[in-house]
Amino acid sequence: MLGIIRQKAFGQRIRPAVSAWRGYSSAAKEMTVRDALNSALDEEMSADPKVFLMGEEVGEYQGAYKISKGLLDKYGPERVLDTPITEAGFTGIGVGAAYHGLKPVIEFMTFNFSMQAIDHIINSAAKSNYMSAGQISVPIVFRGPNGAAAGVGAQHSHCYAAWYASCPGLKVLAPYSSEDARGLLKAAIRDPDPVVFLENELLYGEAFPVSAEVLDSSFCLPIGKAKIEKEGKDVTITAFSKMVGYALKAAEILAKEGISAEVINLRSIRPLDRNTINASVRKTNRLVTVEEGFPQHGVGAEICASVVEESFGYLDAPVERIAGADVPMPYAANLERLAVPQVEDIVRAAKRACYRSV
Amino acid sequence: MAVCVRQSRNNIINLVKSKMGLLGLTNLSSSVSSLNNDHITLATASLAKDLRNESSVFENKPTLYRTRRFESTKPHQRSGVHSNGASSQFLDFPGGQVAFTPEMRFISESRKERIPCYRVLDDDGQLIQGSIDVGKEIAVKMYSDMATLQTMDTIFYEAQRQGRISFYLTTIGEEAINIASAAALTIDDFVVPQYREPGVLLWRGFTLQQFANQCFSNKGDDCRGRQMPIHYGSKKLNYFTVASTIASQLPHAVGLAYSLKMDGKDACAVTYFGDGGSSEGDFHAALNFAAVTEAPVLFICRNNGWAISTPTSDQFRSDGIVVRGEAYGVRSIRVDGNDTLALYSTVRAAREMAIREQRPILVEALTYRVGHHSTSDDSTKYRPVDEIELWRSARDPITRFRKWIESNGWWSGESESELRSNVRKQLLDAIQVAERTEKPPLVDIFTDVYDVPPSNLSEQEKGLRETIKIHPQDYPSDFPL
Repeated sequence: MLGIIRQKAFGQRIRPAVSAWRGYSSAAKEMTVRDALNSALDEEMSADPKVFLMGEEVGEYQGAYKISKGLLDKYGPERVLDTPITEAGFTGIGVGAAYHGLKPVIEFMTFNFSMQAIDHIINSAAKSNYMSAGQISVPIVFRGPNGAAAGVGAQHSHCYAAWYASCPGLKVLAPYSSEDARGLLKAAIRDPDPVVFLENELLYGEAFPVSAEVLDSSFCLPIGKAKIEKEGKDVTITAFSKMVGYALKAAEILAKEGISAEVINLRSIRPLDRNTINASVRKTNRLVTVEEGFPQHGVGAEICASVVEESFGYLDAPVERIAGADVPMPYAANLERLAVPQVEDIVRAAKRACYRSV
Repeated sequence: MAVCVRQSRNNIINLVKSKMGLLGLTNLSSSVSSLNNDHITLATASLAKDLRNESSVFENKPTLYRTRRFESTKPHQRSGVHSNGASSQFLDFPGGQVAFTPEMRFISESRKERIPCYRVLDDDGQLIQGSIDVGKEIAVKMYSDMATLQTMDTIFYEAQRQGRISFYLTTIGEEAINIASAAALTIDDFVVPQYREPGVLLWRGFTLQQFANQCFSNKGDDCRGRQMPIHYGSKKLNYFTVASTIASQLPHAVGLAYSLKMDGKDACAVTYFGDGGSSEGDFHAALNFAAVTEAPVLFICRNNGWAISTPTSDQFRSDGIVVRGEAYGVRSIRVDGNDTLALYSTVRAAREMAIREQRPILVEALTYRVGHHSTSDDSTKYRPVDEIELWRSARDPITRFRKWIESNGWWSGESESELRSNVRKQLLDAIQVAERTEKPPLVDIFTDVYDVPPSNLSEQEKGLRETIKIHPQDYPSDFPL
């Protein structure tokens, strides 16, 4: 099983650029997404003895990305399980444990590797409650980094948001900030249904301001609700995970050119908050969707369909989808940069939607 | 060192041990990089081979990992060569000492003799030796349930042939595995079935009407018409809903057993599969995980010779399934799958060991699928009819067990005809009731997708109801809205 060598992902060419895009003041208390996920896991494990963490390297090694740091010492090897390298094995075992009422949190080293366990996620976890007429619920969380990192090639860079979001029975969450990470992971663990929790490797080290409310152990976000990260009146930009940061950066640039963009952080890919999206489009009359995944049958395609069905008469311009190139991710840095959405792509699409010259 | 650490932190060490597979002869000066290499081997298999000598790979490893590893293991002490007497030498290796040999000898791909098959009754239904501790009550119930299962199969199969249900799959020839294994368990043991074990449900009290309701997918079906016929399930009877995916139930059973272990329950998980299922990746994952997590789970393989049309000779070249256990560190036994008493005593002993010693046990029961794979299959196309007939008559597990209970004076021709005619009547009644019972209501399309229906499903339901109201002629009218 190919894991990700951390060298490039933690390398210097990515992080400073990402952190520069944050539009928050530095006055509030800050927390990294990694610490947000770690503290959420810690608090939920502490609150509910049925919660346990399982995956490759989650214990002794503290997680391939250190998300489970300290948890083995605190909760012991029965609740922080290092497993043999068999995704189909530990995913199936997690599903079986959930059948009997435990609340497993299954860590994939990357969601690319979840493909080796897809049968258990789709055929077992997602369908068992339905097939058993509610007799077998599957309170399980599948989590790990999803989508493009940096310099790790096709088999480490795939975004699976649209895949999992196309399957009834699953809930699919994609946090952006530390607030999202804490609130959504806690919601996922407490939820009685199977939840696919799509993190982003490049956001782990990102620090975001967090309020006292977010730091409270009772903090939890509702599943199925998007967050309007920035209000605006001229164009709606939807995004999730790392692309929310890009969209906010694009909104800053657009503001300088007199375009007021509204940025929606989807947070939940399934259920999708169609109401928030459509209400925003009815206000701005324009829509740009952003995602790192592939365009065909993507999250943007679904949002576009929803807006065409529900708010067609409000649209003043064609909807534009910004997505990853329709190719497996190339490794070479120059090609990779061309294959994933950039801030400029979003800026130009928004300007086209507003009939500005680009 | 390894021993004293094991005493204090047994569980962690077991986990660490499992990761040390590739640590071989290393010297002291290279121990740091070899530890790192060991980790990378686990996390990044093939990449690690290329990167083995590049220290830059490890630049981002936090020190925490290293200190922890050094605390818990001392590789240079574990990997030394030790003399043991004048002539023999051992390699001290994770898992225990390994002897050196000057002889280059490959392990044979097969043993000289096949693993023997445990049996209690001979072909004529008589004890091969000694006596067995099985009382009249349980023996008669085992027999009655086997006969009931056989009758149910025959009648439901006919119902399918008459077009009254869409699909059926019989257990004929494998009644003993179904009923005797069920009898050896307690109701607290969780069953994660494949699809040819309805007898376990029957033993636990699932009624003939419940079987019929499921096959006819009416509103009396415990699973609300969600699954095709024979995919039974009952939470009340600790019997998980049948999955169509082959062998996915095996890791589930291990996970379930793990949760029983965590809860300290006096129970085990029991899962069934066929010879064909043993080729799935899930089989290997499940056995390995069960061994590593020391989960109280029974793997019961019904080796019935045929995976639809694939004979075992095309399925594997090992001596069946039983030999696989040893490779994974799982205690295993081969048993005559048509010998009710052998199965009963084997599963009872296996259950006892699994729970008391907290370990998995693999049971391979040799049997034969006398029926076609399912109603979608005609097995005479690919296997000889006389082979089927031999197993149907001379090797029938029900006849064999009947001879034993009759020789004990517990059963007679009279009880036989009474049982058969009763069951037949009950089944015909159950089918009639099931056919007359309403189909599941419209709302059952939308419930149970999630614990609480999300708004889009409520909208879909509302839309469907409105459409039916406007265009009633386009929809069937024989079920409740």
